[in-house]
Order: sequence, then C-alpha cells, then structure tokens
Amino acid sequence: MRHLLSINDLSTTDAIGILDTATELARINDGQVKKLPTLRGRTIVNLFAEDSTRTRISFEAAAKRLSADVINFSAKGSSLSKGESLKDTAQTLQAMGADAVVIRHSASGAAQRLADLEWMSGSVINAGDGTHEHPSQALLDAFTIRKHLGKGASDLTGLRIAIVGDVLHSRVARSNVLLLSMLGADVVLVAPPTLLPVGVESWPATISYDFDSVIPNVDAIMMLRVQQERMSDLFFPNSREYSRYFGLNSERMSAMAKHAIVMHPGPMNRGLEIAADVADSARSVIVEQVTNGVNVRMAILYVLLAGGPLEVGSNS
Amino acid sequence: MSVALSAQDISRALTRISHEILEKNHGSSDITVLGIPTRGAHLAARIAEIMSSIEGKEIAHGTLDITLYRDDLRLRPPRTIMPTSIPPIGVQGRDVILIDDVLYSGRTIRAALDALGEVGRPRTVQLAVLVDRGHRQLPIRADFVGKNLPTSEKQSVKVSLTEIDGVDEVVIEGEAS
Repeated sequence: MRHLLSINDLSTTDAIGILDTATELARINDGQVKKLPTLRGRTIVNLFAEDSTRTRISFEAAAKRLSADVINFSAKGSSLSKGESLKDTAQTLQAMGADAVVIRHSASGAAQRLADLEWMSGSVINAGDGTHEHPSQALLDAFTIRKHLGKGASDLTGLRIAIVGDVLHSRVARSNVLLLSMLGADVVLVAPPTLLPVGVESWPATISYDFDSVIPNVDAIMMLRVQQERMSDLFFPNSREYSRYFGLNSERMSAMAKHAIVMHPGPMNRGLEIAADVADSARSVIVEQVTNGVNVRMAILYVLLAGGPLEVGSNS
Repeated sequence: MSVALSAQDISRALTRISHEILEKNHGSSDITVLGIPTRGAHLAARIAEIMSSIEGKEIAHGTLDITLYRDDLRLRPPRTIMPTSIPPIGVQGRDVILIDDVLYSGRTIRAALDALGEVGRPRTVQLAVLVDRGHRQLPIRADFVGKNLPTSEKQSVKVSLTEIDGVDEVVIEGEAS
C-alpha cells in the first residue's frame, strides 16, 4: 500500500491490520514510551489547504511520536493563497524530499489527483477532500467503536451504528459508511431528505428520516456537524427545527441502549446537532476519539512508510 | 532438511538454561524474563515456568516487541507489530533476561536493547537463545545457548514450538555449501 486516498483502497485485512497496529501502538503510548525511532529521517508534510484543528495536530503528533520530521504548511500564509497551483506546490514538496504528504483540500479528489499524476514520489494521505472522503477519521471511529463495543472481536460484525445529520456535505459519513459496513456493521443514516446526497440508495446503509425510532436500536450514534460553510442553499427551515428533529439532546440520550456510545468527529456545533450536556456526558467518547486519532494515524504512517517498497536482501 | 533438535532436546536445553540463569544470578529474586515475539515469547514463558518450579516462587516474565526499533524496516514490507507486555515489577534495576529463538545477525538483539532502554534501566541485561547459528554482523553474544548450530548463510533454521506450530522441533533447511 503506497497511498491512503479512500476507504475503497483498503481490503478488510488492510483495515483490520491498521486497527490492530493502532491497538499495539496505543498500549505503547499508554506506557512511559512516548517516542519511537521508527520513522527517523523521514519527512512528512502536512499540506492543509483548508482549516483543521484535530486532524492536523493529530497527524503532527503521530509523525513526531514516530520520530519523523514534520513540515506544516497551510494555505493561509503560503503561496497557495497567492494562487499557486496544486501541481507547483507538489513539485516544490518533491524537490524538498518529502516522503509523504498529508493533504486536506476543499476540492473533492484533490488527494487522488496528487497521487495519480505522479507529481511527487512520496505517499499521499487524504486528510479530507471536499465532500468526498476522510479515511483516517473513519479508521479512528472504527477503532473507537471496536474498543468500546467489539468484545474482543477483530471486526464489527453485528453492531448497529447510526450516522446522523448532514450526510450530504460529510466526507466523514461517506468514509464511515464504507468502512463500517466493510467491517460487518449495520449502518443507518438518519437525516432530512435535503441533507442526503444523490445516489445514497446505492450506499451500503439503510436510511431513516425518524431519529427517535432509530435511537433505542443502535450501539453507537455518530452525530455529524451541520456544515454551514458549505451550504449555499436553504436545507432546513431554521436551526431550532433541525435541532428538534435531528439534534441529540439528553431526552433522546436517555432512550439509548445502556451500553451505547455517543460520537462526534468534531468540531461540534453545541446546541445545534448535539446538546452540550450530551457532549459532556459519560456516554460521550468524543474526547477519546481525539486520543485514538493519534494512535490510528501513527498506525497509518507506520503501514505506509515504515516498510520499504522492495524486498532487498534479508536480515532476520 | 535435517532435524537439529528434537522435542526432548529442546526440553533438556531449556531446563539447563534455566538452571544456568539461576546459578549465574545467585537465585531468582531480581530476575525479569522478557521474550521477543513470537517464538521467543513462548520460550520465555516456558523458561519462567521452569525457574518458578525450581525456586518455588513466581518469576516475573513478559514480552518485548522490537519491530519499531529495527534498523532493517525499510528493506522489507511493513511488519506486524506484536504485543509488548512488561510485568508490573518492570525492568528498573532488575536483571533482565532477554530470550529469543535464534541468534543470527544480532540485529534483533540490538533493537531489543534500544527498546528496553525506553522502558527503564535494568541492572544487567543477559541474553538466552535456543539456537546460535553464527554469522554475527554486530558485536553481540549470548550468555546462555541451547545449541550452537554451525550453518551456512544459504541455509535457514526453522524453530517450531507446540504453542504455535503443534510440534517442538528445530530443523535446518537447505544444503550446506
């Protein structure tokens, strides 16, 4: 595996391999060892052409814990804001010897383009492209679900997971539907019809417009952020109505199964899709998702970068 | 293919090594046994059990994965990371006995010393291996050896253990040249 662009690039074995690697790394990170020499001498560029808090610092922390050199690069304050093309930026990074580029971009397919056109020889990791995919987020969500609800199993067979809210604009939802269903979970999408993408019927998930009927039957509820910055039309009458039908409040939370968990990829609109007391409740694993994100991203960097491309000689 | 060690040979070698470790360390009080996955981990569990039955008390033992510390990671496709479990008593100030199945280039042990250094500062680190097949690339030697097997670099030494392979056996594959 050279790039991580989409969940579709992964086989079930690859995905479980990344989750297992993350599990071992988590154990090391929980102990006293915070720094591993594994990627010493490798350069990883964080190319963020769109704003991010969690994903960027999480990739940065992951790379640093594996001793890689990290160069952070955001659109604001770089020549991207002067209109430099992605190609020229990529060639600049290639000239500096980047072994991997972690790219976040507002255009769907930006990571794919970077990988396909061979502008650079390193690995490309998609850290969110437009409304398309966000594979590392899906992997960390699957990791969190497996840790809490997996009962020691390697996959997610038999678990029911609701993904609720702005599916239309959500790359997190798309990657999660693909990954969670690949790992054997049943996924239910809950959203107003206006916030579901065209062609959603062909996704490996069922669809519901009635949040309350779904709540008691699921093991995890993943709330999605209402992405107002991507909304050019009016998708729902007003935020109070959205909140009433599709927001997770404490009343709805009390209808959840006893063991069920609440997830959110962040950043949250407190009071819109999720009530503040739900986000801060004991059921919420939202902060833990961030911790798990570092371990999962270490696993991704390890799988993509630690091994060599060719088998040369053998020393055991 | 020739069988170098039978199940009985392995069992006798492990018993002897256990006695030698106890003799050299004047008892078991400060010993922590750490096996290198996968087969070294099983050998460590066996040696700890033999030492426990000789001494009549529990011997601290665990596993130490060294994958992330290897210097040859880039020469191979990514390797699976195996579990590390350090016993609660830790390694600080202890006599750590590292256990592996085959000692060859010495690179695994170099990585193990790095990995161990991150966990703590043992008083001593000693190395026990089931088979020493020679061809060292680094200045490393074992303190306790089950059997010295002269091999050529073209041959491969395959250790099978009941826990994983259903049988206890060490075989040499390929022709000596």
